[in-house]
Amino acid sequence: MTTEQTHQHAKRGRISIDGFDAESIEKREPLSDWQPSLESEEGKGRLYYAWKRFKSNRLALFGAAVIVIMTLMTIFSRPITVAGVPVQPISLAPYDPAAQDVLTGYSSPSAEHLFGTDWAGRDILSRIMYGARWSLSIGFIAVGVAMLIGVPLGAIAGYFGGWVDELIMRVVDLLYAFPFIVLAIAIIAVLGRGYWEMVMALVLTGWLAYARIIRGEILSVKENEYVTAAKALGATDRKIISRHILPNAMAPVIVQATLSVGTVVLAAAALGFIGLGLSPASAEWGVMLNVANANGAIRLGYWWAAIFPGLAIFMFVLSINLLGDGVRDAFDPQGSTSQNREGGGL
Amino acid sequence: MSSNEPLIRAENLKKHYQNESDFIDRLLGRQQWVKAVDGISLEIEEGETLGLVGESGCGKSTVGRTLLQLHEPTDGTVYFKGEDITEYSSNELRELRQEMQLIFQNPQSSLNPRLTVNDIIGEALDIHGLEEGQSRDERIKELLELVGLSASHANRYPHEFSGGQLQRIGIARALAVEPDFIVCDEPVSALDVSVQAQILNLLKDLQEEFGITYLFIAHDLSVVEHIADRIAVMYLGEIVEVGTPEELFAPPQHPYTEALLSAVPEPDPGWNPERIILEGTVPSPLDPPSGCKFHTRCPKVIPPADLEFEQEEWRAVRSFATRVESGDLPLGSLREEYDVSDASEFDEAIREEHDIPARLSDPEAEEILSETIQALEQGSFERANDAIGDAFETPCTVHEPELQQVEGTEIACHLYDSRYQDGSVDESAASGQPTAAVSESDD
Repeated sequence: MTTEQTHQHAKRGRISIDGFDAESIEKREPLSDWQPSLESEEGKGRLYYAWKRFKSNRLALFGAAVIVIMTLMTIFSRPITVAGVPVQPISLAPYDPAAQDVLTGYSSPSAEHLFGTDWAGRDILSRIMYGARWSLSIGFIAVGVAMLIGVPLGAIAGYFGGWVDELIMRVVDLLYAFPFIVLAIAIIAVLGRGYWEMVMALVLTGWLAYARIIRGEILSVKENEYVTAAKALGATDRKIISRHILPNAMAPVIVQATLSVGTVVLAAAALGFIGLGLSPASAEWGVMLNVANANGAIRLGYWWAAIFPGLAIFMFVLSINLLGDGVRDAFDPQGSTSQNREGGGL
Repeated sequence: MSSNEPLIRAENLKKHYQNESDFIDRLLGRQQWVKAVDGISLEIEEGETLGLVGESGCGKSTVGRTLLQLHEPTDGTVYFKGEDITEYSSNELRELRQEMQLIFQNPQSSLNPRLTVNDIIGEALDIHGLEEGQSRDERIKELLELVGLSASHANRYPHEFSGGQLQRIGIARALAVEPDFIVCDEPVSALDVSVQAQILNLLKDLQEEFGITYLFIAHDLSVVEHIADRIAVMYLGEIVEVGTPEELFAPPQHPYTEALLSAVPEPDPGWNPERIILEGTVPSPLDPPSGCKFHTRCPKVIPPADLEFEQEEWRAVRSFATRVESGDLPLGSLREEYDVSDASEFDEAIREEHDIPARLSDPEAEEILSETIQALEQGSFERANDAIGDAFETPCTVHEPELQQVEGTEIACHLYDSRYQDGSVDESAASGQPTAAVSESDD
């Protein structure tokens, strides 16, 4: 027997193994009463896990809370009437933000005017609450419209490639060659000052980032075999992009969008500060800063006229950045544990 | 469709990809083409399984996808049920998708992580408007049970399943449109062995039940042997041998098939394999070798007619000649490594590095070789190339072999071509076989 085993030969097939008899394995006595089970009881998507991670990030929750409070505050600061019908009757602001008392002028913070009054005797707290309507809405609207332009264009460029890609991305490169704020100033210089003109300027400079990000993301997502599978099933390009590619490519765009709401509010304030924003009479935060600066408020000791609008901008941008970081961590399953240990992903 | 027409037939199918090039390169016309599939003809009868094997990167998957018209072929035609589907419009192709499907290698990436199983399988039904509402859900459950899953799995997401289960979902998706032809692109390569067996058996059962035709792509010969009725072996974008498993596993064989088979493990402790180790790596499909694409690694290259060689000696000399022709010889590091000081030491070093004996058995060949090495010693690749010139040319490096009948199997190798057996390059000099136009293909 041993001699037989040590005898070496090059012939195949001396021992044949019936390796594909799955039937006998299925039919044999179970080794234990263990049953293979699925990972979880109910189907839970990635959004569920992202939300779970987000909830445990306190700084992000703080940011979200501040943004929600600011939003609610500005909505309920003054009544809103649409076409003569009062939609929102509550008025939280202690004074009418436009009510002037030019004779008194600046008055320091007191029980009567918590944040003091500006040069025209207008209550600064009321103006900040009411002015958030411009600052915040510019931020959200400009980012929303920029996404609506940038995401489809970037998606088309990334999915189809070729000359469509070249065309769209060269336009993006071209616009990127200008410093963002200079381009915005140039657009406003052409269009003139005003709310929608400002939104327009910020959209035209803002969509570039989304187009680039979504294109890069799609270039990698479209290599996935489920895209080929959808093609093999005969799905249309539109369906493949909207159903298979975009949902798997959106996470970085959502993060970028959250973060850039802050940038856009800051840019709007900056444009307001250099006098290219809304009219000086409006309560937009950057404009308030500009007016205070123009009147030399701080030099003359009326610090509150500049500090409180500045603080409002600071708080909002900080909160939106905290929220954006939280959203990014929530979408990144690998980074979440270590970042929580380090204290919330900052 | 006539009764003797195969379900799917490819004729001289080619797929060349443009190499990554930037705008300037394109402007200057400096583009390179990757010849992923370079002229393949195959037929698959209804209900048959054709196995397609080969090393990674030889173009197996490209063949599958080009057959399905997921990639547009560069050249050649594909007939499905007798109709030329390369001419189809995109609408006709969409209809065709109901009859041809694809199963993927990686079950994780072939299912969209954001859709439930219900949506994944249902998509196939929705696209072609096959079922709606209540009957759609019924049909999905039926499909899940058909592939051995439970109907209650329909509302779960892909990440909740194991690899084998995911592969079953992928199969259910392909079956949803009731196709006649399925390309299985390495469907079991990513699974562990016990699960491989289950999936293979499932595929076989489905074939028996629905009469499906498979093109089964794999790199594992033992898997293909189990499931395929016929096997095609691919090397560098071309089919080198086609035959039933029995024919393919027995001589006469293509030298490449032989080498592949020698790598299949055997469950016998006393088995002492005569492993055929192929030299070097697969040549780049950007610039495939002339003649037979396998000649750079083939252990059985035909020696030239007027020279006499031992087979091993000849293989070494031939490899050396290829290196000289391509100019790919790091002489500097060779001199350093062997501490070369004069011409005779250089000669020794070269011979040792390339496993060439100190003196070749054929004096004429020896003369050519020493002349070449001398030229190299003086640093002139040009003269070396001239010296080695056409002397070591064989049919294998000049003429491209075509598939021809050799005792049942079809083999593309000059070893089985009487015209070339004596090693003469000039085909007209050999016995007058009618199959001309062999050297047409250097495009």
